[in-house]
This record gives sequence, C-alpha cells and structure tokens, in this order.
Amino acid sequence: MRPALSREATVNAVLALLLLAIPLAASAAGQTFYVTLATRIALLALAAVGLNIALGLGGLVSFGHAAFFGLGGYAAGIMATHAFNSEPLLFGLEASTSMPVIWLVAALACGVAALPIGAVSLRTTGVYFIMITLAFAQMIYYFAISWPAYGGEDGLPIYVRNSFPGINTATPLSYFLLCYGMLILGLVLFRFLRDSRFGAALQAARQNATRLSAVGIAPFQIRLVAFVISAMITGVAGALLADLNRFVSPSMLSWHMSGELIVLIILGGKGRLFGPVAGAMLYVLFEYALGSYTERWQLFLGLILLGVVLFARGGLLGLIAGRERHG
Amino acid sequence: MSTALLIEQLLNGLQLGVMLFLMAAGLTLIFGVMGLINLAHGSLYMVGAFACATVAAATGSFWIGLAASLAAAALAGAIVEILVIRRLYERDHLDQVLATFALILIFSEGTRWLFGSFPLYLDIPPLLQGAVPLPGGGQYQLYRLAIIGVGVVVAVGLYLMIARTRLGMRIRAGESDREMIAALGIDISTLYTVVFALGAGMAGLAGALVGALQSVQVGMGEPVLILAFVVIVIGGIGSIKGALFGAILVGVVDTMGRFLLPQALLFMLPPSQAALVGGALASMLIYIVMALILAFRPRGLFAAHS
Amino acid sequence: MADPVLEIRELRKSFGALKATDGVNLDLVPGEIHALIGPNGAGKSTLIHLISGSLAPDHGTIRFLGKDMNGLNMAARARLGLARSFQTSSLAQEFSALRNVMLAIQARQGSSLRFFRPVMRDRSLIEPSMEMLEKVDLADRAHVPAAELSHGERRQLEIAIALALGPKAFLLDEPMAGMGPEGTRSLTEFLDGLRKEAPILLVEHDMDAVFALADRISVLVYGRVIASGKVDEIRNHPEVRRAYLGESQ
Repeated sequence: MRPALSREATVNAVLALLLLAIPLAASAAGQTFYVTLATRIALLALAAVGLNIALGLGGLVSFGHAAFFGLGGYAAGIMATHAFNSEPLLFGLEASTSMPVIWLVAALACGVAALPIGAVSLRTTGVYFIMITLAFAQMIYYFAISWPAYGGEDGLPIYVRNSFPGINTATPLSYFLLCYGMLILGLVLFRFLRDSRFGAALQAARQNATRLSAVGIAPFQIRLVAFVISAMITGVAGALLADLNRFVSPSMLSWHMSGELIVLIILGGKGRLFGPVAGAMLYVLFEYALGSYTERWQLFLGLILLGVVLFARGGLLGLIAGRERHG
Repeated sequence: MSTALLIEQLLNGLQLGVMLFLMAAGLTLIFGVMGLINLAHGSLYMVGAFACATVAAATGSFWIGLAASLAAAALAGAIVEILVIRRLYERDHLDQVLATFALILIFSEGTRWLFGSFPLYLDIPPLLQGAVPLPGGGQYQLYRLAIIGVGVVVAVGLYLMIARTRLGMRIRAGESDREMIAALGIDISTLYTVVFALGAGMAGLAGALVGALQSVQVGMGEPVLILAFVVIVIGGIGSIKGALFGAILVGVVDTMGRFLLPQALLFMLPPSQAALVGGALASMLIYIVMALILAFRPRGLFAAHS
Repeated sequence: MADPVLEIRELRKSFGALKATDGVNLDLVPGEIHALIGPNGAGKSTLIHLISGSLAPDHGTIRFLGKDMNGLNMAARARLGLARSFQTSSLAQEFSALRNVMLAIQARQGSSLRFFRPVMRDRSLIEPSMEMLEKVDLADRAHVPAAELSHGERRQLEIAIALALGPKAFLLDEPMAGMGPEGTRSLTEFLDGLRKEAPILLVEHDMDAVFALADRISVLVYGRVIASGKVDEIRNHPEVRRAYLGESQ
C-alpha cells in the first residue's frame, strides 16, 4: 500500500519537473516553439484538472466541458475586444485587460452557466447525463456560431495578449511560467478537494450513491457543487488558452473538444492527481510527433485511444504507479 | 406569411424529423438491446452517403447507389461490432464513449484518406426530380416528399418486424431479459451483430438520402448524431416509439423555430435585431425544449427502463 | 406504552396490478425490537424502501419522531435519525472500512461542503469512527478496502455505519443474511444490546434470531399485516401458522 503511494508521488514530481525543465531549456536554446508547446500542455492539463473533479472524483461523465472551456475563452476574447475598442461592457462596466479580472469573469461566467446545466443534467444519470451535457454544450456552440457580434463562425481575435501585473505576458517563457503556476495552483486545489470532507462525499457518490444517501448526505447537492467548481477551473484554463492563441473561436466549444478533454484524463489516469498532466503531455506529444510524419495523425490517435480503452484501462499513471488506494 | 409557406416549412420539419428517426431508431435499438452508447453512429451515416455517391457516380444509377449505401453501412456496422463493439458491452458508459469516439476519429480520417478532403455530390434521381403543387399555391420538392415516404415505410416496417417476426421477438426478449434469450437457446452474439448492422443500415440509408440534398463530406454525420441524441433523450432511451415521437418533435420544432421566431420577434424588435435574436434563439430552441421536458420527465417521454 | 418513534398508517403502494403494500399499519416504540417477517414476495423490501424514502407511497403516512416524512428524500430521513442497513451490503467499495464509517460521522457532524481540511488528518472524524469499528470487532480491519472484506465483515461494517449515525431508530434489512451460525450467534447477541441505543425494526428470515430478539412480531403476507403481537401470540396464531410458518415446516 505505501510503496504504490510514494511511487505515484515520485512519478508526479518527475512529470512536474519535466514540464518545467523542457521549456526552460528550450527557451535558453532559443527554441520558442517548444515553449509554446509546453504552454499548450499546461493549459490543456489545467482544463482537464477541472474536468477530473467531476469525472474522476465524482464519476460524472460530462461530455460538455468544452462549453466551459470555450466560455472562458470568450470571456478573455470579449474583454480584450471591448478594451481594445474602448467600448464599455454590459451596464456600462469598463472592460479590463488584466488577467486576474478576466479569470474571475471567466470563472463566474462558467459557474453561472454550470449551475442550471448541472441542475438539469444531474437529475439524470449514466448515459442520459452524457448525452444531456453534450446537448447543452452544443446549444452554446450553436449560439456562438449564430451570434455575429463576437465573430460568429469566424471567431474572435485578441490583438494584444492581456496583461498580468508584474509579468510581461508577451514573451513566451514568462507566459509559460504564468500558465505553469496556474496549473500547479489547480493541482493543489484538486488535492485539497479530493482529501477534504467534500471530496470524501463526492467520491462516495461515485462509488455508491445509495450509501451516501443512507448516511444522510444528498448526492445531488454534492455533485452539483462539484460540477460548478469543475466548470470554473476549466473556464479559467479556456481564458488562458485564448490568450495563448490570441484567438478564440467556436471550435473551442465543439464536442470534439469535450471529447479531447475526456481523452486526456483517460490517457493519463482517471481520478489521479497528475492524470490530466500525464494525459496532456502524451496527447500533445502524439499530436506533434505523429503530426510531423503524417497529416492523418488523428487516425493513429484513434487507434491508440482504442487500444488504451480496450487494453490499458488505468492510463499511463495506472501502468507506472499501479492501482490507487484510499486510506 | 402564406399558408403555402407554412405548409412547406412544416413538411421540411417532417422531412428532418423522418431522417432523424432513421438515425435515432438505430441508436435507441442498440442501447435498448445491448446497453451501448454509440457515438460512431454518425460515421455509419457518413459511410452510407459516401457509398451511395461513389456507386451512383460509377454506375450512373442513384438506386444502385442507395442499395450500396444500405449494404456498405450494414457491413461496416457488422465489422465494427465484431472487432470492437462487442468488447464494450460489459464496460461502463465512459469506456463506450471513448472507444466509439476513437472510432469516429478512425472513420473520419480513414474516409478523408480514401476520398480526399473535397465533398462529393450526389444528384437527385430523375424519377424524383421536380415538384408537386401544394394546397394554397406554391410547390414542394418531390424528393423531400419521397424521403418522408421512406421514413414512414421504415417506421411501419420496423414496427412490424419487432411485433411480428422471430427476429423481433428475440430483440424484445433481449431488451427485457438477457438471461432469457440465452435460455431460449438464441445465439446472443449473432443477435447483437444483426441488431447493430440493422441500426447501421438505417443510418447509412439516412446518410444516402440526405446526401442528395447536401454535399457528401467527412464530418456530415456529427451534427445529425447530436440531434439524434437529443431525440432519444426526449423520447426515452431504448424506446422506438419515443424515437419516432422525439424525431418528429425535434424536426418540426427546429424548422418552425428558425422560420417563425425571427418573424414573431418583429413585433418587439427592429427588423435587423429580430432576425439576429430570432436566429440565435432558434438555434438553441430544441435544446431548451429538451431541458424543459427533462425537468419534468428525467427519463424522457416514453421511458423504456423505469 | 411510550409514544412511538415510528408510526406507519394505512400505507399503500402498487406496481401496476400488484399491491405490494396494501394498507399497512405499524409502530416502533422506544426500547423494542419489532420484527417484520413474511414469506418471499410478501412486500417486506417494498416496505423498507417506503420507510427509508427510496420509494414514494401511493397513499398513507409515515411519521418519524412525530414528523410526517412524506416528501423527504432518503438523505433527509437519515439526517432525522433513521439508520438503515441493506439486505445486500451497500458500501463505498474503494474506501477502507474506516473511511466508510467516517462518512457517517462526517454526515452527523453537519455540512459536507468543507473543502480544505484533509479527512485523514481529522481526529474528530477518525477517533469516533475507530470506536464504532471496535464496537463491531472490526478495528483490526480498519484500513482494508470494503471490497476486500469478507461477507460477514461487510455486514458488521454496515452495522458500524448505522451506529455511527447515532440514530433514533434502526431499520435493519436481513442483517443475518449469508452469515454462518457463529456470525449469526454473535450478531444476535450484539443486536440484543443495541435496542438500548435505539429501537430496531428488524426484517429477518432467521426465525431463531427473530424469536430470540423480538419484543413484538408483525407478519406481512401479500402486502398486508395479517397478525401483530408478542412472540408467543404470533407463534400460536392459527392464521400465521397456516400462511407462513406452515410453509416452512
């Protein structure tokens, strides 16, 4: 029991250091492309850390988390656009280009969206929940496409990357470090949640909802709170990714994106602290390595994914660190 | 707004509904009998469309193409069932979602590899070109009317098959009690392959029929797949009757919403705003309807497994 | 007699044409073990579901501590002090025995919307939970995942969880099911002492245990209580002998 735990901790530390060391080295060697690649990994991982709360801890297979990823992205895009054009937002509020404000707005917007979506979806379970979360995300996707004010189908450019006090976000390495810091913060938050009373109730709801009810804790409330927190974290990751790409489009809201986020978690290891990090590293490396050999890399990604689902159910961390144990 | 225009839009809604039924019937049948959620159903729709377009171009006959679409999609379905899907029946829904998501990637990129990235085109067969007059003036495309006819025939056929035939009896047994079919000495894995191929064939047929109205391209199945999910969630997963009802509801509500909402908003908003808001609202309408239905009936209108 | 803790009046529940619960009246008073017996299919499980809140009745009332529980879900009823054990063990399988009990202690202490303090360093959860495990002789298995416990140990754990809730009444659904003679004997002894903590509504097939433990017995047949009374009254009740005991002898 103890060795499996400490082995996982070692693997986690190695992954965290790798993700930090590679862009540092690449930046020193003047290879900014790899810094951007690492930033993408960190942000996809952060989005998946959010989803991992609902999916990994709570067993809630949300097939609609792209909605929150994209909403966060649009929060960054819309704020930047309004600030750039010096147009006030709703109710005459000034738009801000300060990232902490944007993240707050992104998180709040996602929380406000996740509350009703979760409240309806969580009345159902299993396959219904999967399809309903998917459908709600599609609703937001189609809305983004048909609403021309913020670019509609073409998406919305961010002309100048938003700012963070004391950091020059325009240089690749400092932006990476900012994103890396946010990822670590997300992981710390995930860990606290997982080990807390809330986390205990959430994981019990996944393992046996009747048992949880029978001790007097209503699973619905616990799951709804988890769903909202999960959406907020994914939303902040979306805002950061929009700033990385200096662009946000409906594709961030698409169901392929929802699928990708689930895939990241499964590749890495569902419910594990560093599962999303391992998964995002694998995914982006596949994309990059396969993509340089063939433009049909998604075909091979599909085959690999199929292999993982059919034959390696614990994901990468399951292979390296063995089964997870709870006190 | 004339009566003819209204009838035309209603028929368009019905045609969309019928096509959604062809997709949703297979999805819901596969879920009802095997407990499987199949995201790759849209890929089978695409396979049907590509098969029809290719064979029709080669032989010059839409009808041979249509037969080919059924055969190709059913065959692809059977192969996928034997190679992949049957390993998923005992797995949880998350594994099913992921594996069938992987199948979508494989199907889409595979098709792009074989056919390139450019869309194919499929002509409406000469027999069904032209239009029929509508009461109150105006005309309606004969081909769309034919699609509605095909849908009615498939719905009746499916009903008769499930109610009257030996295969239908086995499917019903499979839905209610898996142990019972084993006890009846039915080869369950063959039954599952047949049911999956049947669902795939219907999806392929839908793809081919719609292929003549739109272009045939990779990814064409995905929007339809998601609408079909909305349909079976509304109807109750596992219920064919629910799929029929949900499909018509979604088809008509979606089409009429896009037509009527911008006009209705003219009473409240200036014209440019009305078109904008109406259009955006219409694109969300069926999801709002779905949410409302689920708020009262979380397991859909015709829940099969309560 | 003292005021009943649990008071069931004219309870009815049908599934289609089947009347699973057909006008049941039942009381549970402080300090007693009230056994509910009946042949298979008599509607015992349905009744347990109705009382615990996993099914809603068509008609009738269930009052608990004088409060009408109609419309309360299972969690709310548990919070009022109704502790339930399951016919087939229902545990958080990946969690250790200790963490399963801690969940109950956590629920009893109030809101679970606490996000920061790790439960495994929270002595206010761990200590009372270990105490409960000691009471059911499971302390040495505290860190074993529920899935790896033996059948008998899982039944003991169910009882420990019910105890941890500090309930006002126990609803025990066949706690002896699948236990060997030794386990049944020690559990009987344990339940005998438990009635001092809170009264028990006991559904049980093991007649030796029922006759040893029960203060009162109600007999359920086809959804109706056909007889209710002291152990000896039931033992000699002609209708009961014909409808129920007759079958098994």
